[in-house]
Amino acid sequence: MQRQINKNGELQHLLTIEGLPAAMLHHILDTAESFVSVTEREVKKVPLLRGKAIFNLFFEPSTRTRTTFEIAAKRLSADVINLNISASSQSKGETLLDTVNNLSAMHADMFIVRHAQSGAAHLIANHVAPEIHVINAGDGRHAHPTQALLDMYTIRHFKRDFHELRVAIIGDIMHSRVARSQIHALTTLGVPEVRVIAPKTLLPKGVEHLGVHPYHDMSKGLKDVDVLLMLRLQNERMQGALLPSAQEYFKYYGLTPEKLALAKPDAIVMHPGPMNRGIEIDSAVADGPQSVILPQVTFGIAVRMAVMSILAGS
Amino acid sequence: MKIHIKNGRLIDPKSHLDRKTDIFVAAGKVAAIGEPPPNFSASHEIDANGLVVCPGLVDLSARLREPGYEYRATLESEMEAAIAGGITSLACPPDTDPPLDEPGLVEMLKYRARGLNQAHVFPVGALTQGLLGENLTEMAELSDAGCVAFSHAERPLDNALVMMRAMQYAATFDLPVWLRAQDASLSRIGVAHEGEVATRLGLPGIPTCAETIALSKILRLAEETGARVHICRISSAEGVEMIRQAKKQGLPVTCDVSANHIHLSEMDIGFFDSNCHLIPPLRNLRDRDALKRGLKDGTIDAVCSDHTPVDDDAKLLPFAEAEAGATGLELLLPLVLKWAEESKVPLVDALSRITSRPAAVLGIESGILSPGAAADLCIFAADAYWKIEAKSLKSQGKNTPFLGLEMKGRVKYTLVGGRIVYKANPS
Amino acid sequence: MELPQTRDILEKLAKDIRIDLSDDTILVGIHTGGAWLAEELHRMLSLSTPLGMLDISFYRDDFERIGLHPEVKPSDIPFDVDGADILLVDDVLYTGRTVRAAINEIFDYGRPARIRLAVLVDRGGRELPIEARFTGIKLDLDENRMIDLLRNETGGLELRLRVGN
Repeated sequence: MQRQINKNGELQHLLTIEGLPAAMLHHILDTAESFVSVTEREVKKVPLLRGKAIFNLFFEPSTRTRTTFEIAAKRLSADVINLNISASSQSKGETLLDTVNNLSAMHADMFIVRHAQSGAAHLIANHVAPEIHVINAGDGRHAHPTQALLDMYTIRHFKRDFHELRVAIIGDIMHSRVARSQIHALTTLGVPEVRVIAPKTLLPKGVEHLGVHPYHDMSKGLKDVDVLLMLRLQNERMQGALLPSAQEYFKYYGLTPEKLALAKPDAIVMHPGPMNRGIEIDSAVADGPQSVILPQVTFGIAVRMAVMSILAGS
Repeated sequence: MKIHIKNGRLIDPKSHLDRKTDIFVAAGKVAAIGEPPPNFSASHEIDANGLVVCPGLVDLSARLREPGYEYRATLESEMEAAIAGGITSLACPPDTDPPLDEPGLVEMLKYRARGLNQAHVFPVGALTQGLLGENLTEMAELSDAGCVAFSHAERPLDNALVMMRAMQYAATFDLPVWLRAQDASLSRIGVAHEGEVATRLGLPGIPTCAETIALSKILRLAEETGARVHICRISSAEGVEMIRQAKKQGLPVTCDVSANHIHLSEMDIGFFDSNCHLIPPLRNLRDRDALKRGLKDGTIDAVCSDHTPVDDDAKLLPFAEAEAGATGLELLLPLVLKWAEESKVPLVDALSRITSRPAAVLGIESGILSPGAAADLCIFAADAYWKIEAKSLKSQGKNTPFLGLEMKGRVKYTLVGGRIVYKANPS
Repeated sequence: MELPQTRDILEKLAKDIRIDLSDDTILVGIHTGGAWLAEELHRMLSLSTPLGMLDISFYRDDFERIGLHPEVKPSDIPFDVDGADILLVDDVLYTGRTVRAAINEIFDYGRPARIRLAVLVDRGGRELPIEARFTGIKLDLDENRMIDLLRNETGGLELRLRVGN
């Protein structure tokens, strides 16, 4: 049951890109564009969400995502409360929903939720009072919609038209919520060819059904690509019999200047951060002229301001 | 008690009877069908006009949560649920706390169940001590105490040598071995069928080969040891085909399917409905349809409820963290009736999957309606709709994917040993 | 009611502004109608100063009630507001709330020397103490009548009356 969009067609929660029509995605990107101009002036605040209480519920620690949401909320003049809920407080008997109910009673207007389990944001959204909006800041392997939106904003900024692009997502697709959200966004926005490049152990079964073309050979996969979306490789993958070593991964799936040269000459390189230099990406590329990794961060704040504003106004 | 059940549509799958006629019960047994026995004067009359009268249902798997899990449900509540569902004989798996690996525990369970005077309970004993997969249990003693078979519930038993020895030992005493086909290492972190839906939802998957590899091992060992093996909760198309081939080759293997799996697939998980977090996982539509066909053509012998009451707190969690299982005693009949209607199986055949055939797997004399048989009966309204909701379920487990839906098939009376143990509220 | 020609009202407004214009006056139009009007006036007055555009969606006081406008455009203030001589331009002056929002937004860019207001139509019905320095025409309209500035088929600006809100 898709509860993100209410009866009036307005966005009530942002839980996943899946199910959002292209018009809605463009609306968010257009709104974000206005907020970019706000971030470029002296007073980077607007009074739009003054008096609103936004709670950052991070069940999984993350400084950078949490900080971006905090900055975005403060630029909308909202009050931000950060809650890092560790595993120990959960094991003291308070369930996920108990925590949420207690916070709702404190007149929260919005919850921004990050959790290690897929489906956590949906569970919370299904149980909060109707006036409370939920933004999924990452749930397990399932979705990270604001990341995908800022990635689409970045692509639109540098490449304009989605309908002419070849986009490749490179790395651990299997465990990546970013990749899943990016795939939904790219296909919804009409990108004609979306490729995923990874060894077989890192591609989930049936990934083609999401509308992507799987490649195991990076040289073939990068040919004539316009946009390269890099994914972070976590250390844990070297255990659990998924990959033998970081060195072999870098040799065959790391982005080096030589491999980048196979893509179009004006291709852009993106990464959600934080980067593992020398594992999935070479420093020369990360700091090179085709990298748009730094603008992604600025756009990230504007996109989150847009999402919060649209939700708060529905 | 002498009971005259009038005008019911009598269906006895074993004798292929399907006729509108009367049935007479006396001294705990079926006294006669059609005409009353001489000098019969009924103390009770049941007007079964418009109702089906069939043998009491036989459920091959129902967790009663005792001993050890009383906070989830009690013997009392679950036995109430069983007879409300028309079930008069049920087998319970050994994964209680402590597991059923000691004759004393088995005797206690049987004693408690007998005291309630409701459905007959047939405990399935643990195949290994503590269900740890290392050492054998005293199967002969446990069998004397009342265990009808030995299983490993859902606990891992990947060690082929231990499995082989356990089968050999069970075969020594001609005791059946009930096993789930689920390879532990391939299913350790998975919570959903490895496929399209799990990929989209970002849930770790259990591949089909977790079932087929384990099944292959079980069938080879069954052939090797001569043990009588029953496969519990088959879930995949490939699995059904392997059983079909094994039966063709003459292997004495039987198998069952959960009532949930003949209707649902991975698609029903929707956006993380934890009521669909089941073991084995709900697989794809092709698998579901193969299970329906396998049940129709007899490859799958029986349907069971796989009743697993779980309290709300344990289900109101993100999918992967939610406890697996669904409540099912009261849904067994409606779900089988639904399958029969959809798959165009005559009622007399469909009901065999929950009466005579599971009785044969259990090795008990139940599930039949001929004169002289124990009077365990289920009288139900085949076309009566009722809503599956917390207040209409007697089980303490309200966790079912079918919550909120209207289903057809309402039990009106249940008789065990010739006594009316359940009568539905008139409504 | 018969409206005079929009072109005539525009020319009267431009004439009034021309008399009291300084070399540094910068026009800032409020989206959407005010922006069109500012563009047109900038051309008619042959100004060499930059042209600014404001979208006041983030400064409105009715966000709780009606949410975010479906089409937010970026504001564009290509000059330093500190010490600037600003002429705010809007098509219709009614309750005064739009102008209040615009003033707040300009102050988030810097501290102007002065802000004056030019409007094509003043229809009365003020709810805040705000007045225009330059007015094209004063009209007294009932609250169920609306007046909008539109672009017609040939791209020209035209005022139109309608019923409703």
